[in-house]
Amino acid sequence: MIGGFPIELLALQLFTGLALGSVFVLLAVGLSLIFGLLTVVNFAHGAFYMLGAYAGVFFIGYLGNFWLTLAVVPFAVGAVGLGVERWLVRPLYGRGIDYPLMLTFGLAYILVEVVRILFGAEGMPFDAPDALMGAVNIGVGYFPAYRLFVIAATAVLVVALWLFLEKTSYGLVIRAGARDSEIVRVLGIDISLVWLVVFGLGTAVAGLAGVLSAPMRSVFPDMGTTVLVEAFVVTVVGGMGSLAGAVVAGLLVGVVVSMTSLFAPAMAEVSMFALMALVLLVRPQGLFGKKGLMG
Amino acid sequence: MSDKVKSKLTRKFPGVSRRSVLKSAAVGATAIGAGPLMFNIAKAASETIRIGFPVPLTGPYGSEAQEQARCAQIAVDQFNAGGGLGGRMAELLVRDDKLKPGEAATRTLELIEKDKVHFVCGSLSASVQLSVNAVTKARGIIYVSISQSDAINEAKDFSKYTFHEAMNPHMTAGAVGRYAFPKFGKRVAFLIADYAYGHEMVRGFKQAGEAHGIEVVAEVTHPLASKDFSPFLPQIQAARPDVLCLCNFGYDQMNSLKQATGFGMKQQMQVLAPALLYNQRRAGGAGAYEGVIGGANYHWTLENSVASAKAFNDAYRKENEGAPPSDYGAYGYAGVGALLDGVKKAGTTDSDPVIAALEELKYDKYKGTQYYRKCDHQSVQSVFIIESKSKKDMANEYDVFDIVHTDEASEDVLRSCAELGHEA
Amino acid sequence: MTLANPQEELKGSGRRLAGVVALMARHRVLAVLGFLLVFPFLLPYEALAVNILIYGLFALGFNLVFGYMGVLSFGHAAFFGLGSYATGIVIVHYGMHWFPAILVGAVAAGLGAAVIGALAIRTRGIYFAMVTLALSQCVYYLVYQLEDLSGGENGLRGVDVYDLGLPGLELTLLDPLTKYYFVFVFVALAVWLFSRILASPFGAVLEALRENEDRARACGTNVALSKWLAFVISGLFCGLAGSLNAIHLTIVPIESLHYHTSGLAVMMSLLGGMGTFFGPFVGALTFLVLEDVITLVTVHWQLFVGALFVFFILFLPRGIWGSFLRWASR
Repeated sequence: MIGGFPIELLALQLFTGLALGSVFVLLAVGLSLIFGLLTVVNFAHGAFYMLGAYAGVFFIGYLGNFWLTLAVVPFAVGAVGLGVERWLVRPLYGRGIDYPLMLTFGLAYILVEVVRILFGAEGMPFDAPDALMGAVNIGVGYFPAYRLFVIAATAVLVVALWLFLEKTSYGLVIRAGARDSEIVRVLGIDISLVWLVVFGLGTAVAGLAGVLSAPMRSVFPDMGTTVLVEAFVVTVVGGMGSLAGAVVAGLLVGVVVSMTSLFAPAMAEVSMFALMALVLLVRPQGLFGKKGLMG
Repeated sequence: MSDKVKSKLTRKFPGVSRRSVLKSAAVGATAIGAGPLMFNIAKAASETIRIGFPVPLTGPYGSEAQEQARCAQIAVDQFNAGGGLGGRMAELLVRDDKLKPGEAATRTLELIEKDKVHFVCGSLSASVQLSVNAVTKARGIIYVSISQSDAINEAKDFSKYTFHEAMNPHMTAGAVGRYAFPKFGKRVAFLIADYAYGHEMVRGFKQAGEAHGIEVVAEVTHPLASKDFSPFLPQIQAARPDVLCLCNFGYDQMNSLKQATGFGMKQQMQVLAPALLYNQRRAGGAGAYEGVIGGANYHWTLENSVASAKAFNDAYRKENEGAPPSDYGAYGYAGVGALLDGVKKAGTTDSDPVIAALEELKYDKYKGTQYYRKCDHQSVQSVFIIESKSKKDMANEYDVFDIVHTDEASEDVLRSCAELGHEA
Repeated sequence: MTLANPQEELKGSGRRLAGVVALMARHRVLAVLGFLLVFPFLLPYEALAVNILIYGLFALGFNLVFGYMGVLSFGHAAFFGLGSYATGIVIVHYGMHWFPAILVGAVAAGLGAAVIGALAIRTRGIYFAMVTLALSQCVYYLVYQLEDLSGGENGLRGVDVYDLGLPGLELTLLDPLTKYYFVFVFVALAVWLFSRILASPFGAVLEALRENEDRARACGTNVALSKWLAFVISGLFCGLAGSLNAIHLTIVPIESLHYHTSGLAVMMSLLGGMGTFFGPFVGALTFLVLEDVITLVTVHWQLFVGALFVFFILFLPRGIWGSFLRWASR
C-alpha cells in the first residue's frame, strides 16, 4: 500500500498513464513536425484530427474494413492539408509568426462548421474492429486490447517518421530547409515544395491520430478543441519541433495526468498546464527544444 | 420589490419598441389620433403572445436544441389552431444561446428589450438556465426552464417567476437508484463529472440508497468534458463494485461508457446513467450502451400505454417524416404547452395571474398528469426507468430503449421545501 | 507589423478625408466619445451596444500589449475574468457598494497581470503566447474549483446592482438606456486615460519596443520593466471591462476566463486594426454586430466568423480601421 492504494492499482495506473501518454504523443507529433520545420503554429491541428475521425467514418462506410480505412484516411486528410498550405498558409510566409497562427485559428472554425453541415452536429458511432474488442490481462489488471494496439501503432509511426527524417535523402533536404532555407534554395531545391510536403505530412499524421482515437473517444464536430490544447502542452513541454521531445513529453504528461487523477482528481486537468508553465519558466525552449528558435 | 420594478419599467417602456413606434408612425394619423393610452389598450388586446426560446442551436447539443425548438413550435401551433387566447395568437422566437451563460444572458436581454417577449422558455444546461433566470426574474418575466438542475429549485436562485418543467437530477438519480440497488447489489461506485450537476446526481443516489443500505466503495471525480477516462477507470475496477453510477451527461457519459466497455467493466458490474439520452444513445451506437439502465422523462414507446404520448408522437411524426420525438424535444413541447395552458386559464399575459394559473394547473401534455409544486415550481412528474437494447433486439432505428419501470409522480421523491430553503 | 499609429495618422493631410482623419486623430478621445454617445440609437437593442462598449474596452486594453508593444498574449481572458469575478464576489458575498466593487475588480486584474506578467516576460515570441495561455488556464481551473466563492461551473449569480443609489437621481440599471450610459461613463474615463498613457513618454517607449527591442535597450530603456508595466496597465483596463460585464449581465459566467475569450480579444483587435486607437472599438462593433445578425439567419454562424477571420488575415491584415487610414492618407 502506498498513499492508501494497493501496489497493483498503482502499477496499473502507471501503465494507464503511459498508454494515455502514447495517445498524447500521437496527437502532438503532427503539430510538432509542422512547427519545427515551418515555424507555423497550426491552430487548426485539432480540426484536422477531427477531419481524420470523420474521414474514418466516411471511408469505413464505403470500404467496410477498418485496416483499409486506416491506410486511406491519412492520404485524404493530408490532401486537405496540401490545399491549405498552398492557398492559405503560403501567402503568409515572411509576415511573422502570428499570422499563420491566427489564420489557422479561423480555419478551425470553418472546418468544424463544414463537418457539422455535412455530417450533422450530434456525432457518429465508430467501433473498434472485432479483433481488438475486449480487454486483455496484462498482469496487473485488465486493459483494453485496442489501446494496446494504439500504443504499438504510435511506436511504429514515430520510428517511421524518425527514419524518414534522419535516414533518407528527402529527410535530409527537409532538415536542411528547416535550418537554412536560403542555402537550400541556392542549391537548386524548390523549398516551397518541401514546405508543402511537410505541411501535408503533419496534417496527415493529425488525421491518422483522429481515426485511431475514434473508437476510444467519440466522433463529433467539437472533438478537436480540447485535443488542440493537449497537443500544444505536449509540444511546448517537449520543445517545439523536436520529435524526441514530443515522445518524452507526451509520456510524461500522460503519467502526470494519470497520477493526479488518482491522488488529486480535482487537479487532473490543471496539472497539465501547471507542468507546462513550470517547464517554460525553468527552460523556456522546452525539454528538448533548441535555444534561440523563434526568439 | 420586483413588482415595483416591473411597473416602473412598463411605465417607461409601454410595450412599444422603437421599431414599432416607427412603423406605427408610418401607418399615420389613426394611431396618433387615437391617443397613446387607447393605442396601448387596443394593442394589448390584439398583440401576439411572444415567447422567447433561447436554446443552444450551435455547439455539441445542437441537435437536441433544434429538437426542442421543433417540439415547442408544435405546442404553439396547437394553441393557435385552438383559437389562441380569444383570438390572440402566440409566436415562438427561437434564439441561439450557444450553450454559454454569458451569451444566454445577452440573448435574453435582447428578447426582452427588442422583441418585448411576454415569456421565456428554454435552455439546455444548468449554468445557462441559471443565467437566463437571473435576467428574467429581475424583470418580472415568467421563465419556464426545460433543462435539468437542482440549484434552480433552491431559494437562492428561485423566484415566483421561475418554473422548472424538466426533471431535476435529484429525482432522476433517486428513481434509478430505488430501482437498481435492490436488484444489482449494495457495493456502489460513482464516476462523477466535477460540477454541480454531477454532484447533485450523487446526492440523489445516496439519499435513495440509504433505505437499501448501500456501501460506497469508490467515488471518482473527473473534469467536465474529459476526452479520455482511462486514468479514472482502474480505481473503480479495483474497488470491485456491483453497480457503477455514471453521474455525468451527454458526451462525457458517452465517452466514459465507451471506454468502460473497452476496459471490460460491463461484464463486472451493472452500469447506471441517470440521464440516459435518446440522441446520445443513437450517436454512441448500440454496442457501448447495451444493458445500461437509466432514467428518462420520456421515450416514444410510451405511446403504447399513455394516450397523450400517442397524440404528441403523431403530431410530431406528421411534420418529421415519421420519426418519433426525443426526450429533450418533449420538454420543449411540455414547457411551452403548459405555459400556454396557464395563459388561457388566466385569460391574460400578465405575469401574476399567469403564475397563479400555473400553480393551480394540472396538465397532461405527453406523459401523464403533471403539476408545478407550489413552493419551488418544480414540475412533479413520473420518471421512466429505461434499459438500452442490444442491436439484435431493436425493431427499427428508433427502437433503442425498453421502459422497464415507472417511478410514479410524487412530491415525496423531491427534496422537501424546507430543505431547499423555502418557507413552508 | 508596422501599422498605423496616431503619428502616421497625421501624415498626408492633403486631401479632405485625410484632414478629417487627422482631426479625429488629434481629438481622438472626443471622436470616440461623441460617436459612442449616440451609438445605442443606431443599434437594434441596448444590450448589444453595452456588449460593444465592454468588449471594445477589453480589446483596447489588450491592444496595448498586442498592437502597441507587438507581443501576442493568449492569456488576457484571465484579466477580464478576474475583474468580473472580483467585482461579483465582493458584491454577492460581502455586499459591497458597486463603485468600490468596480475598482476592486480592476485592481484584482492588475494584480493578476503583475504576477502573470512577471513570469511571462522572460519568454519571447511564440513562447510568450504559450506561457500566458498556460497561466490563464491555471487561473481558470483555480476559480472553477473555488466553488463556494465563484459558483464553479454554474457561474456566479446575484450580482444584482439595479438601483444606483445616487443622491438626487432615481436611476435603475433595469432601464437598458440608463445601463448603457452607466457603462459609457466608465468606458469614457478609461479611453481618456488610455489616450494620456499613449501620449506620455511611456507610450513612445512601447512603440520603440515594438520596432526594435535591442535598440530600445541600447538607448537605455529598462526593457523588462517597461514590458511588465505595459502588461499590468493592459490588465487593469481588461479588468475594468470584466467588472462592467459582471454588472451588465448580473452574473459571472466561467467562460469569461476561458481561452476562447482571449481569442475574442485577438480577433477583435485584428478585425479593427491592431495598433490603432480606434481599431479595437471598430473590431468589437463589427464582430458583435455581424455575429448578432448572422446568428439570426443561420445556425452556421461559425462558418462566417471563420471565413471573415481568414479573409482579414490574407487580404486586410491591417484591419478595417488600419486599412481605412492607409486608404485615406494615400
